Amino acid sequence: MQYNKSSDSVGITETKYFTIQDKILLESNEQFGPVTVAYETYGTLNDTKDNAILLLHALTGDAHAAGYHAEDDKKPGWWDDMVGPGKAFDTNKYFVISSNMLGGCSGTTGPCSINPETQKPYALDFPVITIEDAVKVQKKLVDYLGVKKLVVAGGSMGGMQALEWSIAHSDMVSDVIIIASTSRLTAQGIAFNAVGRNAILSDPYFNNGNYYGQEKQPERGLAIARMIGHITYLCEESMHNKFGRRFQDSDKPNFDFNIDFQVESYLEHQGRVFVDRFDANSYLYITKAVDYFDLSKKHGSLKNAFEKTNARFLVMSFTTDWLFPTAQSKEIVQALIKAGRDVSFCEIESPCGHDAFLLEFETQTKIVKSFLAKSRGQHND
Amino acid sequence: MTNTEQSLHLNYSVITEMIEQKSKVLDLGCGDGELLRQLIDKKRCTGCGIEINQQNVIKSIQKGLSVIQGDIDEGLKEFSDKEYDYVILNQTLQSTEKPDYVIDEMLRAGKKSVVSFPNFGYWRVRFYLFFKGRMPKSKMLPFCWYDTPNIHLLTVEDFFDFCKERNIKITKSVYIKRGKVSKNPLTRFLTNLLCEEAIFVIQRLSEKNS
Repeated sequence: MQYNKSSDSVGITETKYFTIQDKILLESNEQFGPVTVAYETYGTLNDTKDNAILLLHALTGDAHAAGYHAEDDKKPGWWDDMVGPGKAFDTNKYFVISSNMLGGCSGTTGPCSINPETQKPYALDFPVITIEDAVKVQKKLVDYLGVKKLVVAGGSMGGMQALEWSIAHSDMVSDVIIIASTSRLTAQGIAFNAVGRNAILSDPYFNNGNYYGQEKQPERGLAIARMIGHITYLCEESMHNKFGRRFQDSDKPNFDFNIDFQVESYLEHQGRVFVDRFDANSYLYITKAVDYFDLSKKHGSLKNAFEKTNARFLVMSFTTDWLFPTAQSKEIVQALIKAGRDVSFCEIESPCGHDAFLLEFETQTKIVKSFLAKSRGQHND
Repeated sequence: MTNTEQSLHLNYSVITEMIEQKSKVLDLGCGDGELLRQLIDKKRCTGCGIEINQQNVIKSIQKGLSVIQGDIDEGLKEFSDKEYDYVILNQTLQSTEKPDYVIDEMLRAGKKSVVSFPNFGYWRVRFYLFFKGRMPKSKMLPFCWYDTPNIHLLTVEDFFDFCKERNIKITKSVYIKRGKVSKNPLTRFLTNLLCEEAIFVIQRLSEKNS
């Protein structure tokens, strides 16, 4: 899909940068700064500054949520299906903000950024960050943009940030949209992240994180981490539909250890393209932030956590998502009900596994649009 | 408008009439959300619905309602005791797997509950079975024996017995006969014979006395 001036595209967009000069107190009690945030905005902030939607990306996303960066861009932003004039996040009505997460590698300060004190990349001197820290940075951005009230929305890791937002800034958040997410990862989820990190850490070119500017990069380790990730984003059904047991080049096995099956080729491809756009150290830091996130532990119980919120909630899960399974969304919903909060929940049928949240946009559009139409921020008449 | 739609409209307006202004309601098996919408619009109620079917959940959300996709047979454990003024189970009792458990949970989570169901004791239903010798079908019961969601059909008399056994008080009853509301029942025998659908407001007897 190439850029065209279709009426429901936000068109050509540009990533902007904002630098927080003051140091930020991280959850680990470390002071850290300065932090630069890469962000994009679509639509216009209204006079009352209360029509904003903050989109929160998943593990390896970036600030470029919608539109194209250039006329000849092959691919639009990661949530282009959902963001634009008349779409679920309607840029005719809303001021949509998307930023790259702290610790990322797409413009926001992360381990590959230059440490002003040493003039070298931070690498593993970068502090261990959490979801809470990422939200602190986003809050500074939102304040800088002049937003007074906002809707927060995210899938997967983005959903974790949206939950954190609703608790930490309950006075600002009117509505929360949580898609294929959880209040804490399962042991199984942590295990997959741990194997991914191990693949990176044991790459011979990892060099204790100091691989920037080196001839060889820990590409194989990062690619394997991505392959593991992709297995968890799909499901048995979607893998069967996509690849079955088909061979890549012929209908016979090669009787060697090169790529035989289509599914192997797919994983290899996903791994290869990922290393061109992602930093191995960022992968370590961000997966760790996801693993640490645990609202029940932090607040005593999930109900306690949600008693601090003051928003309407929409929670969605997908039938074949086993990484962020429906049961975990239900846990959020039940705690919200116990805390007396206004919540809607829908489990969307999909054969696409966890990836569904980026693919099943038609159903999500219907639900999100209806939910936002009732937004408290817009209905304070 | 089809017969089913007509009877639904009547049923919605009966229930809407039963419920006091500004009540907090929980609608179990809320379907496309039409009743809940009416309660909010006409009686300024607050509350939410629970619905098992994804398409219906989406339709309800499209009506601007708060709806949770879920199975009421799993109980209402996330809802506190007496959290709602009314818990409503409209035309759904006969489709639940554990009707006794569902009603127990309703009476726990709500101060009062509204229960409606098609009456299997209705004379046409009895005649259908008696003369045709086949499982009755009607506008209220349009399904075949093998694909019906109505797995726990009951009569008005059955419901009276059930309430008596469990110390449940019926505080209001409305019977629908041939598409019209009847609030003044004849004898119990005739009521069970003549009404197509019954709508009751119930509450726990012991709690009312305490």
